[in-house]
Amino acid sequence: MTAMGGMLLHQIIAGLATGGIYASVALALVMIYQATHLVNFAQGELAMFATYICWSLLQAGVPYWAAFFITAAGAFVLGVLVERLIVRLVEDAPVLAVVIVFIGLLVIFNSLAGWIFGYAIQPFPSPFPAQPPFGNAYVSSHELGSIAITLVLLAMLFVFFRFTSLGLAMRAAAQNPQSSRLVGIRVGWMLALGWGLAGAIGAVAGMMIAPTVFLEPNMMSGILLYAFAAALLGGIDSPGGAVLGGFIVGVLENIVGALLGTELKLTVALVLIVGVLVIRPAGLFGKVHVTRV
Amino acid sequence: MKLQRFLPIVLIVLACAMPFLVSNYRVFQLTMVLVYAIALLGLNMLTGFNGQISLGHGAFYAIGAYTAAVLMDRFGLPYWAVVPVAGAVCGLAGFLFGLPALRLEGLYLSLATFALGVAMPQILKYKGLEHWTGGAMGVTLTKPDPPEGLPLSQDQWLYFVVLAWLLVLFWLGANLLEGRIGRAMVAIRDQPIAARAMGVDTARVKTLTFGISALYTGIAGALGAIAVQFVSPDAFGVFLSISLLVGIVVGGLASVSGAIYGALFIQFVPSVAEQVSKSAPWAIYGLLLIVFMVLMPGGVAGVVRALLARVVDRKRRR
Amino acid sequence: MSGAPLLEVRGLHAQYGATQVLHGIDFRVEHGGVTTLLGANGAGKTTTLRAVCGMLARTRGEITLDGRHIEALSTESIVRLGVAHVPDGRGTFAELSVDENLRLGAYTRRDKAQVAQDYERVFGYFPRLKERRRQQAGTLSGGEQQMLAVSRALMLRPRLLLLDEPSFGLAPLIVQEMFEILAGINKTEGMAMLLVEQNAALALRLAQQACLLETGRVVMAGTAAQVAGDEAVRRAYLGA
Repeated sequence: MTAMGGMLLHQIIAGLATGGIYASVALALVMIYQATHLVNFAQGELAMFATYICWSLLQAGVPYWAAFFITAAGAFVLGVLVERLIVRLVEDAPVLAVVIVFIGLLVIFNSLAGWIFGYAIQPFPSPFPAQPPFGNAYVSSHELGSIAITLVLLAMLFVFFRFTSLGLAMRAAAQNPQSSRLVGIRVGWMLALGWGLAGAIGAVAGMMIAPTVFLEPNMMSGILLYAFAAALLGGIDSPGGAVLGGFIVGVLENIVGALLGTELKLTVALVLIVGVLVIRPAGLFGKVHVTRV
Repeated sequence: MKLQRFLPIVLIVLACAMPFLVSNYRVFQLTMVLVYAIALLGLNMLTGFNGQISLGHGAFYAIGAYTAAVLMDRFGLPYWAVVPVAGAVCGLAGFLFGLPALRLEGLYLSLATFALGVAMPQILKYKGLEHWTGGAMGVTLTKPDPPEGLPLSQDQWLYFVVLAWLLVLFWLGANLLEGRIGRAMVAIRDQPIAARAMGVDTARVKTLTFGISALYTGIAGALGAIAVQFVSPDAFGVFLSISLLVGIVVGGLASVSGAIYGALFIQFVPSVAEQVSKSAPWAIYGLLLIVFMVLMPGGVAGVVRALLARVVDRKRRR
Repeated sequence: MSGAPLLEVRGLHAQYGATQVLHGIDFRVEHGGVTTLLGANGAGKTTTLRAVCGMLARTRGEITLDGRHIEALSTESIVRLGVAHVPDGRGTFAELSVDENLRLGAYTRRDKAQVAQDYERVFGYFPRLKERRRQQAGTLSGGEQQMLAVSRALMLRPRLLLLDEPSFGLAPLIVQEMFEILAGINKTEGMAMLLVEQNAALALRLAQQACLLETGRVVMAGTAAQVAGDEAVRRAYLGA
């Protein structure tokens, strides 16, 4: 293996590792999109907030996996509450109102985290061993473990949406709320369920990200952008696409970073987002929606 | 009827008198209110009147600010010349961004502009441009002196310069919005398909609106940079864009006077809220965004309009 | 008519925003019977169906299902009481498959064995749907989508089937087929139906009771034979 090839391989593997992070947040975004046809700008902050809850539990001496599952469950409930109490108020409002409310949520959760937990940067533990698997130099156990968890989540979601009645009802409620009511689906609760699931997924993503980037209120801002790019690239209504998109974005980011220096990484995300939206809004695997005039 | 004609004149007279009645620091704060008002009118044109959601207008403010700073500091241009140049640069940038934006609707446009707002500080810090932009350190400017013979302090002179810009831009803006293009903008926002069917060139109006909106915000950025005497990348992050959004929501979407209410809000409320706690301003912003959207979608301007209508109504009944 | 009706509507007023659309409608659907609402465009027929289903925000009047008041219930709740609505425009889930559409029809049911039976029954009525099981519903032809819409409603095993202009935009042969199947379902399963139709001739052949609406008011009501026999009706709606 040449030196160039070795470096490229390293960048690709490192990119896949960070890509796993983007993939998990992108999954939460797609979750909400599938349930509500909306993009949740506040997803990053909700995930960060949930991670802080886990951190508080850990500080109080709760063992890791117990804290993990309690947090995921708590984030589910939080998501449901946010939908039922706040998002519901702008259910039928124009897009601008909805976007503004989401930004409002973003800002509230960001400042709430700072107020309750402080702005100091905190370390966050990983459930995976510190030694890299097989002593390799490319990927840590945590990175591999995070990717595995993301893929497990993805598989669970796939089964849920494809094969269960509830999953089918959620898809129906997002696509056609009126017709959904006509088959007896309680559309409001389907939306709440979508938010709950996204909350739980986001929490898991946050708990996987925090060990790498350290826990602080602004930890998700850059990542959210990449997650958007990933979700758009893969197809905003395709969970599998979002995960694949995450990995692609991770690798792209690392390669561009190696070529052009690391300072323009966010710009890469920007260019990706605008590019995908303009060239092929449905992304790689999303469905192309035709608007009938 | 008479009330409507008197009110602006009264306000202008009041505005002219203010700098002589308050301290220099207050004058600076009021100058910033005027600066934000111009920026908010720009954003409101695009988002309020034309329905194109921009979560990244801080980027245009930044471009205007940096254009002014670089031209003044690196090229030695005088302060009064850089403002129109900054406006023109931003107008062009806005127009160019408006072209791909044509293909993006509501949610997706907000995503793209959000990305722009988040990425901006990093672009400004880029080492390749460091020679001009000063990288992470930014650029410092000197406050302009009033012309010979005028008995004004620097702050007061700058206030009147900005006020003059505001009056001109608001007058032009109000005329634009009430005229044919303004109606086309609103038609595109409310009934895009019908507008096109009636012969409105939606593409041209939308890109034009983007350009004009960016131009206004760019001019505000330039004036703001001169007032603050400093530009640095971190001052122009996504939170600036969110502040501008808060400004137009609180002030009143699709309202010219709303820009003034909004500007007063985003200038003074954070400094008061900060005394409660560091996180308080943003928590309040977030809360108000939601509260206003749900309860008072017309913003303060809407409330004022409703009150005035009731006053006029009562007078007519007597 | 003996016994209490399945659906009774009394003094139904409805408005869209500030416009009053229904000015006090009365009619009933008997258990196992078919009532048809006739009238020109804009007479208020679709509005009436929507009101029965709880889809309108502002209504006044009484609507009872088997004696139980349903005016204040949400659409979902009314559906769960056994009322299936085939809306105008069909309301199929265009992005889902035929199979998924049918599964959704049975969403609220717990009796798995009977649901499986109903699948077979529905495919028996409309074999073309069985051929296109995995196809995306939006790619079906108009006639097939109508069949799918009716099938989805049947999957609920409703006590009352609401049909809004099932003949709209369909070729005459397919319409004939559809109405024969509906008549068959009514006879063999005793399913009550409330049928809104512009095609008065077809509707009056299927229904036992008929109601003529004009600008939000009932201008004539009676048995199908009576309404069909009326001179004015014949001239205006039956082209005789």
